[in-house]
Amino acid sequence: MNSGLVREFEKLLGPSSVLYRPEDLLLYEYDGSVVKGRPDLVVFPDSSEEVSRIVRLAAGYNIPIVGRGAGTGLSGGALARTGGVMLVFARMNRILALDMENQRAVVQPGVVNYELTRAAEPYGLYFAPDPSSWKSCTIGGNVAENAGGPHTLAYGVTTNHVTALQLVLPDGEIVRLGGPHGDTPGYDLTGLLVGSEGTLALVTEITVKLSRKPEAVKTLLAIFDSVDDAADTVVDITARAITPAACEMLDGWTLRAVEDYIHAGFPMDSGAVLLIEVEGLAETVAAQASAISDVCTAHHAREVRVARDNAERDLLWKGRKNAFGALGRLAPSNYVLDGVIPRSKLPQALRRIRQIGDQYGFQIGNIFHAGDGNLHPIVLYDPRDAAQFQRALEASAEIIRYCVEVGGALTGEHGVGMEKSELMPLLFSDADFDLMRRVHDAFNPDASLNPGKIFPLSKGCGEIRVRPQSSSRPGAA
Amino acid sequence: MTTSSTNLAPALEALLGASRIFSDPAARAVYTVDGITPPIVAKPATAEEVAEIVRFAALERLSLIPCGARTKLRIGMPPSRYDVALDMTALNQIVHYDPGDLTLAAGAGMPIAKLNATLFEHHQFLPLLVPWYSRSTIGGTLASGIDSPLCQFYGTPRDFLIGAEFVTGSGAITKSGGRVVKNVTGYDLHKLLIGSLGTLAVITCLNFRTFPAPLAGSRGFVASFSNAEGAIALRRAIAQSPLTPLTLDIVSPGLAQIFATQTPATPEIAVFPGENRDVGSSSLPPIGDWFHPGEWHLCAAFAGIPEVLDRYKRDLSRLAGESGAISTAILDDTTRPAVWGRLRETLSILLESSPIISIFKLSVLPSHHATLFSNLEEIANRASLAHLFLARAGGTIYFALLPPTANDETAGRFAEASTQIFESLSAVGGDTALLFAPTSLKPRVNTWGSWRSDLALMRRLKSAFDPANVFAPGRFAQIPISPPTPS
Repeated sequence: MNSGLVREFEKLLGPSSVLYRPEDLLLYEYDGSVVKGRPDLVVFPDSSEEVSRIVRLAAGYNIPIVGRGAGTGLSGGALARTGGVMLVFARMNRILALDMENQRAVVQPGVVNYELTRAAEPYGLYFAPDPSSWKSCTIGGNVAENAGGPHTLAYGVTTNHVTALQLVLPDGEIVRLGGPHGDTPGYDLTGLLVGSEGTLALVTEITVKLSRKPEAVKTLLAIFDSVDDAADTVVDITARAITPAACEMLDGWTLRAVEDYIHAGFPMDSGAVLLIEVEGLAETVAAQASAISDVCTAHHAREVRVARDNAERDLLWKGRKNAFGALGRLAPSNYVLDGVIPRSKLPQALRRIRQIGDQYGFQIGNIFHAGDGNLHPIVLYDPRDAAQFQRALEASAEIIRYCVEVGGALTGEHGVGMEKSELMPLLFSDADFDLMRRVHDAFNPDASLNPGKIFPLSKGCGEIRVRPQSSSRPGAA
Repeated sequence: MTTSSTNLAPALEALLGASRIFSDPAARAVYTVDGITPPIVAKPATAEEVAEIVRFAALERLSLIPCGARTKLRIGMPPSRYDVALDMTALNQIVHYDPGDLTLAAGAGMPIAKLNATLFEHHQFLPLLVPWYSRSTIGGTLASGIDSPLCQFYGTPRDFLIGAEFVTGSGAITKSGGRVVKNVTGYDLHKLLIGSLGTLAVITCLNFRTFPAPLAGSRGFVASFSNAEGAIALRRAIAQSPLTPLTLDIVSPGLAQIFATQTPATPEIAVFPGENRDVGSSSLPPIGDWFHPGEWHLCAAFAGIPEVLDRYKRDLSRLAGESGAISTAILDDTTRPAVWGRLRETLSILLESSPIISIFKLSVLPSHHATLFSNLEEIANRASLAHLFLARAGGTIYFALLPPTANDETAGRFAEASTQIFESLSAVGGDTALLFAPTSLKPRVNTWGSWRSDLALMRRLKSAFDPANVFAPGRFAQIPISPPTPS
């Protein structure tokens, strides 16, 4: 980044809001995924108006802009694939309004997911989407990726909880979409923007629905000797039209790694466990827990435990939510995949994943949202071993191809980002890409926002997604 | 237009065959939109045929309006052009249904009642109990953005539409989403089709997640009040309680009067999941004595195992007493359909009740209802217009104005009242759309209210989907820019 441009940004925002030294930029070249991309400049706006000014300044120099929340994403969505300015929302972290009667909150994009729930909790409310990274990920990031989480099985993903947005468009214009009510006349632009991975606009304010905490909760841990039995149980629960609030599976290999670290009480010798939660009226919860317990038993569950109190429940969830961290003890790095399949295909999919692991020489663990068919196979690898890393990527692509073959999709909640853009043609035709590109260009005609994401670079229509390196960015990664 | 309407028929017949192109006046009359009857009706049976017609229309600069059962075609502004009605009812097959997976794909012309009859066999359903239920198609329901009383519990199609196939204005068969319940692969383009009135694309197939049907033996609840405040207080108490009713609506005294005194001219089946599966066999039973003219009513529905039903009965009766209800009633299997059917059919009953009624859809947060109810009443009274409404707990209000006669003087009073309604909503951060109005009134009111800051984006999206402006020009938000010609 040339020093003149750095000075212009410093003049605009003040020196404490601009990073440009290589050692500072290093921190922003990665997210939770296995890919990297280093920005040339990192800026920290404090308001929508500042975001607008940054966008206008960058546009004048033809420099791409990438928005970023906490950088916990798992698909490279918040990485500067072609360099440029990274706009980090860390300072736009205020809860602007809490409306308890209407169950709405207005937040800036940098508000941490869990902080919103904490603010609403005293009033018996909470923010339903709960990704595993909820204690660090931001709501802006949740909106960009349409994030999910264990409890989205019953309550829906981020898009189901967003009613209005304020955006900054690539030309700096500030626009409002939707409304507090959520059902505004006209095209559902809010629904389009959520999950568009920062490729259409920069979201600077978000209105969300808050949910009411249920009266009763029961958390069950069903222990199985085999993964197949656990998978069959999930299929049967769905087929019997029981909708738990959450239904998570950990296979034996994964849960042993987790138990060693977290001591959640997962049995060390089991083949798989299901962590199932039911919520609602006390009367409903009692009946559902008993029905689920019967289904588990019918599929040879060795034991079904019901958490006796909140402490035990929290411990079980700690085991689930911190599992990826626990796996860090076993290998230098792990690659968390995200595929989605029709729920009825769960047993065969888990068998196929085992086969693919054998074929590529990896032990692949599974810890995932079984209830909605959202798989998270985990490949342990050493990033210093280039050949092994390449094999991990190939195994991953093969698993995703299988998901598509059985009627599923490339990603259930992590996003396409730069990780899966080349796999998009597995699902979409040239006509599909053509319309997506036209919609993209209706917002972001010069591909100045988050270039190189979602659209495959290998296909003709993707060529304009990545712009040639400009002379102002000699040090681009 | 390069092909005149006289030789349009042979050209379209060459594409679909003569048996699916209609040009005689009697057949075309039912496709009239705001007084404009299309010269041609085409009835394609596949997405490929739709694509062929659209490509032809784009080439010949014709305007198409896609339709299903034509029950809600009068929503929106009059079309600025209308050359071909695209009747989608032949695309009426279930393309994919995996009960074990709770996912479904069906042609846009599939009637909801027929679809639900199939789903009920697997104890599942699509929670779209919309007006004109026995005829409405899934495509028309989606494109009109009309809601169902069940949105209180299940949300709107925005929450359970998981993918779609559609034909763009360039005649390309395109898709988005998929057949899985959780999916973030690519843009959610299918969400844009909801409420788009056919202005973006022709929907050919819709993918939904299905839901377990509420258990048979579900119940209804009606409480009556001498004033709106009581009904609102009870609704707030329910919203803040652990109860999660399936429906939760406030019925104004004017609407209670219509419910109590008018039998719908068109018999509409009263199907609610788990009760009457015999599509088309029954009409609405008599209303009974739950709706008292002059009183406000709060209606709820709930379902579950016997212990849950008991809990609802107990809690609702207690909360109603604390809110000052005059009377309460629990509706069982025999009495429930009469009330639920009317709540579902509110819009169709109102439109049947008078040819000059106008209905607004108001979207606002529920905490504004108390003030808004009295403002709306005042506006109607000032204009000497009868009024009535239904208010959903989520905030949506369907507000109807009924002039005593149709003449220039009452039209003027209506236009003035409309302006005030738009202003009242805007003052509390709400949105207004004039859903239904006699064609003659539409030019006097801007159907979609004031322009919003996102209108430019909507126009660009319209161009992205439909570059040649083939679909329903003028019906929505003055897109494209050229305004409709006043009649």
